[in-house]
Amino acid sequence: MEAAAKAARGAGERPRWLLAAVPLGLIAAAIAAFAVLGGPGLGERRGPPVEELAVERTVLRPGEIELTIRNTGPDPVQVSQVSVADAYVDFEADPPGEVGRLDAQTVTLDYPWQEGSPYAISLLTSTGATIDHEIDVAVETPEADAGFFGLMALLGTYVGVIPVALGMLFLPFVRRAPASWVRVFLAATIGLLAFLAVDGYLEGTELGQESGGAFGGVELLFLGAGLAYLALAGLDSYLRARHADAEASGASGWRLALMIAVGIGLHNLGEGLAIGSAYAIGALALGAFLVIGFALHNTTEGLAIVAPLAAGERPSLARLAVLGVLAGAPAILGAFVGASVTNPEVSTFLLGVGVGAIVQVIVQIWPSIRDDGGRSLYPASVAAMIVGGAVLYFTGLLISV
Amino acid sequence: MDERATTGDKPASRNGGPERKRGFSRRGLLAGGAATGAAALPALHGLVPHEGVHSALEGDASAAPAHGGAGKAAHGGGSNGPTFRHGATVDHAANGFDPTEMLRDYDWGKTRRLPTGRVVREWELVATDREIEVAPGVHYPAWTYNGRVPGPTLRAREGDRMRVRFVNGSEHPHTIHFHGIHPAEMDGVPGIGAGLLETGEETTYEFVAEPFGLHLYHCHAGPLAEHIARGLYGAFIVDPKRGRPEADELMMMMNGFNTNFDAEGNQVYAVNTVGFHYANEPIQVGRDDPIRIYLLNLLEFDPINSFHIHANFFHYFPTGTSLKPTDFTDTVMLGQAQRGVLEMCFPHPGHFMFHAHKTEFTELGWMGFFEVGGASDRRRAPSAFCELPYQGHG
Repeated sequence: MEAAAKAARGAGERPRWLLAAVPLGLIAAAIAAFAVLGGPGLGERRGPPVEELAVERTVLRPGEIELTIRNTGPDPVQVSQVSVADAYVDFEADPPGEVGRLDAQTVTLDYPWQEGSPYAISLLTSTGATIDHEIDVAVETPEADAGFFGLMALLGTYVGVIPVALGMLFLPFVRRAPASWVRVFLAATIGLLAFLAVDGYLEGTELGQESGGAFGGVELLFLGAGLAYLALAGLDSYLRARHADAEASGASGWRLALMIAVGIGLHNLGEGLAIGSAYAIGALALGAFLVIGFALHNTTEGLAIVAPLAAGERPSLARLAVLGVLAGAPAILGAFVGASVTNPEVSTFLLGVGVGAIVQVIVQIWPSIRDDGGRSLYPASVAAMIVGGAVLYFTGLLISV
Repeated sequence: MDERATTGDKPASRNGGPERKRGFSRRGLLAGGAATGAAALPALHGLVPHEGVHSALEGDASAAPAHGGAGKAAHGGGSNGPTFRHGATVDHAANGFDPTEMLRDYDWGKTRRLPTGRVVREWELVATDREIEVAPGVHYPAWTYNGRVPGPTLRAREGDRMRVRFVNGSEHPHTIHFHGIHPAEMDGVPGIGAGLLETGEETTYEFVAEPFGLHLYHCHAGPLAEHIARGLYGAFIVDPKRGRPEADELMMMMNGFNTNFDAEGNQVYAVNTVGFHYANEPIQVGRDDPIRIYLLNLLEFDPINSFHIHANFFHYFPTGTSLKPTDFTDTVMLGQAQRGVLEMCFPHPGHFMFHAHKTEFTELGWMGFFEVGGASDRRRAPSAFCELPYQGHG
């Protein structure tokens, strides 16, 4: 015992940073030696160069198709020729020459495309490999001008802000309802959020598989989800600590509503993203039907936000406005991003953020649905969860973009 | 021999309609392909390959300013038709062959006459592996005879004795299989005669050149499709004993390159290997000159190929085994290894497009131009086949 304690003390006498610096230095030296010697004993890599390109962005202008390509493979790639619908075309590459690893290049094709037609584009590299890209439906890409941003803002407001605000109008009803009803409302909210989480996850995996992989695919979804979950959990514990005294007097309802609003807001960011990118590629039928669908869909989200406010102090109009904006306005931002950046990596990450936020909110709400016996899953709560998910499923059918 | 030549007069179902068998579903083509094909043809006619005739087409180019930049009209692009990237060129010197020179490059072999009167011709063909540029900036790891694709155009006269020494300098086993009439052991297929030649081995194929006509040779090692697709083929012309009327003779090997090796169609289509070569460098011919084209199809992975000439018609001699034409037309369709002799004259000066009337191939490189000079300085004696009706020269 004594010897061990002495040994520990002896170690403690040396500067602690030295203990970390020695292994760090050895690691650096080993890596440097390996790099300088070129991996001794491994020899040259066998086989032809590995050529991978991801098309990150497609812009269609009259008589012109512009592709932003990124080298997602280990070797440089030279695009030597390009064919569209099996016809070679003239093109400009900027910057010219080969594309280095992780570098991007803009390739502008001189081609008289027709609106509404699909196109198969084939990039022929210097080694004769082909990298194919498909345009599902050719539609002129909207210019990012004031009118376009105005339209996206209007769209975001229609599908995000207004429906959420409408849903929040249930507050007076919720406040008069007995406590047991409120628990059921919250259970329904959980069902509804769980649906959104699954929906976001599926969409994110689909999108993640589309991306080239240089910056990760589906793992970006998990990265975004983990990040959002931890950030919200941190925010929640911060709010709890700060208002520890107020919690006792029923302010926990407000905190919960705030968390739900933030979570739904992050989800609506992803929803706006989908709408914006669908609009950009011409796949979105703008119209009353879509807006009505979203109104129904997102109204339930407004209800979810006000459910925790049933008990306790009556919230001020300003606070309600804050909740509404937090939950709804990110749809506007999402629409901007979605319509102007068609980058699957960014979209996957943002969808992950939405998923993580929702999962965190579910964890937050869970204790609030416990009945007097302390059970979370009782007939009324289970039924409410199912109804919550079902409502979103059916309203979601109206708005598949 | 003469009898055989006569029976060749009536070739059975030349084209056989293979195009109806199956559509081209290469690379999961989308519906847009059909629309594009339809839109492309009128556009092709607006394509002008030479600086000298820009002004004639300027109206055309400015009529559609939205599609294809003005000033680019001269060499295709946008609605003016398919093109490789402007400014990019193939390095013929590095390739070691030039499609323009290939047109009129006939190898009669080392010739000597035996006391019996028989002519003996000797060639040496060496198989090598080499990278060739089949489109500007696009390199293909080819297998070649004598370093070129197609291999040398071997030419003999009917009845000549042919000795082809074949040395396999490639890393892969190869043969040479000639189309023609010869003993079994000279057929150049694995397991018969010399069979497959491994790296460094050699053999001599020896036979009599018959029947007269336009033939070909190619490697017959397996996998056969790959050995052909890689470039191991060439034209083999047997002239009739009395020869054919003098003409400006052009050898055109329709071929293609499946550069991504997916065995589903080709990425580059061409005549004599380099895509769009004769669009960038039109074939120079004289007005009213008798012109004879030895046309062969060695395209792999696609069931058919075709040849179409603009603003002109030609007399067609399937496989060249008869001296009487069977058709007077402007389009022929050929399956793999089908070939024929085309004879024509250009009565008008100017640029005349020729291309596969399989428009997909056209837009992937199989398109070129004849440039017919105003006054021909090498005009030959007026030939019967510039006249109509034409009865042949048998």
